[in-house]
Amino acid sequence: MNARFFKLPVILVALLSCGFVVGCGKGDQGINVEGSDTMVNVAQAWAEEYRKERPEVDVRVSGGGSGQGIANLINGVVSMANASRKMKPEEMELAEKSTGKKAVEFVVGQDALAVYVHKDNPLDSISLEELAEIYGEGGTITKWSQLDVENVGCDNGEIVRVSRQSNSGTRHYFSHAVLGDDRQLKLGSNDQSGSKDVVDLISRTPCAIGYSGMGYATEGVKMLKIATKKGDEPVEPSVENTISGAYPIARPLLIYTMGEPTGQVKHYIDWILSEAGQKIVADKGYVAIQ
Amino acid sequence: MPRCQRRSIPKLPTHVSVTQLMSATKGQRGGIRYFFGRLLDWSEPLVEWTIRLCGWSSILFVLAIFFFVFREAWEMLTGKLDWVEFFTSAEWRPDSDVQTKYGILALLAGTFSVTLLSTLISVPLGLGAAVYLSEFASGRVKETLKIVIELLAAIPSIVWGFVAFMVIGPVIIWITGAPIGVNVLNGSIVLALMSIPIIVSVSEDSLRAVPDSYREAALAMGASRWETVYRVLFPAAKSGLLAAVLLGVGRAIGETMAVLMATGHAVQIPSSLTDSVRTLTATIAAELGETIRGGDHYQVLFVIGIVLFAITLSINLLADLAVRGVRGQSND
Repeated sequence: MNARFFKLPVILVALLSCGFVVGCGKGDQGINVEGSDTMVNVAQAWAEEYRKERPEVDVRVSGGGSGQGIANLINGVVSMANASRKMKPEEMELAEKSTGKKAVEFVVGQDALAVYVHKDNPLDSISLEELAEIYGEGGTITKWSQLDVENVGCDNGEIVRVSRQSNSGTRHYFSHAVLGDDRQLKLGSNDQSGSKDVVDLISRTPCAIGYSGMGYATEGVKMLKIATKKGDEPVEPSVENTISGAYPIARPLLIYTMGEPTGQVKHYIDWILSEAGQKIVADKGYVAIQ
Repeated sequence: MPRCQRRSIPKLPTHVSVTQLMSATKGQRGGIRYFFGRLLDWSEPLVEWTIRLCGWSSILFVLAIFFFVFREAWEMLTGKLDWVEFFTSAEWRPDSDVQTKYGILALLAGTFSVTLLSTLISVPLGLGAAVYLSEFASGRVKETLKIVIELLAAIPSIVWGFVAFMVIGPVIIWITGAPIGVNVLNGSIVLALMSIPIIVSVSEDSLRAVPDSYREAALAMGASRWETVYRVLFPAAKSGLLAAVLLGVGRAIGETMAVLMATGHAVQIPSSLTDSVRTLTATIAAELGETIRGGDHYQVLFVIGIVLFAITLSINLLADLAVRGVRGQSND
């Protein structure tokens, strides 16, 4: 009964949006970049700064996750993909099959993956083994008391695992770094779709623990120091510790293109790797490559 | 809100065309009225065809969607998918490097738990509000309330998602001491708030459609107002009320953005109201963009689309049967 009245607008909107898609797809001179949500801040800052240098090149950046960027690179929708994890071998294969070119990787920075808890949580440090028991399939740690902390803000003492959705490079990296290649993440975690969402949720949830890039820290959360093994000296996530390699869960930030980049894409990547581009990396809370 | 009962629309003689109606008012040749009359003569077939095209195009669109969804899922539907695992496994691991698993049991449980609870909240509230609006409120109060309720329907679902995340979540933690604020309860409250405007407007319409003679008769028999509502109006407006409830349920099942933010998006079968869950719709919304076109994950998401399709179709069918059943009885 209502449907009758909704149809016409729906059709109109559909037709209009078709028009827009076609309109945008043609005569396009810019660079489309998509991918890692961890990198979206720095990627946007690059695009803005680059515009000052070469205003004629329009760089369009969107997030969505490393998986999404890589998928759309393979689908031929974007010319560059940001990724906070390496491309999987099967993705490489698919990319070669569908585009006829090899994917090329550029390391454009580094990021320390911080483990966050609510600001009122008394916990200060955690070991990778403990993280594995919290996040891993068949893990034994489900209560804060098992970590010898009295988390007063959390009434029933349960650890709420905050994680990322399946296309996230951060999730992929975290899983491999903490659990190794053979163990899976335990289901039932709260899978957020953005790096910032993870921190937002933790700042509103005293029982929560989660991981996200160290640039996303806010006042409502606390970054934990990480020890590789229980009993080791825990290391603070910081630029120095990432550069020195002391912090155990840091990963490279990557850009992928299909085939060796040419023309404006090549110029853009060269610029990102230059001093000007790397300064932005450091400004945004990530670690520049030396 | 349009009236829903077909019976309430006065029957026009269908063979009288607009032109014929207008010809009665047509003026002298050359006059302005004549001009408009001629214009109508000319434009009527055009309008008629435009409208016909609108009607047909909706069928076309539905068929096209059918075709598209089934084409994308075809490989999975015809043997590639392990159906037993699909429906009985609670493990949804589309991107696992160790072993990919496509089990939607937990997602189904998420969708049903949230929908069920939201229906339990929205139906009494919605029907109550409708009864108040049509039977008790009058004048300015009624008009104000109606406008506010329509306004409630105009709030975009992403905004509801924000409200759920920022406001309802912390309140739930504060009141229940739950470990996390985005959960079944939060999702249900938001969905209930979203479906209440639909339930209120449709059921208010159908209550108002009950002739006043029913109310007068009830009063004359000495019924109290509550008895009038409960024993006379509800049975008389049964089919409209049922339609209202089912429209509300439909909204709840199909909603995506708000539940994505309000339910916590966690793959597990809930054991309490304060457990986070993940729904079928939210899974498609969160994951479709990442998939490689034509890959397994992509196709399975389309199969989930078909499952959703089947669920809403059976609800609509059920509604249709129920309404017919009710009509059939009341005609006896």
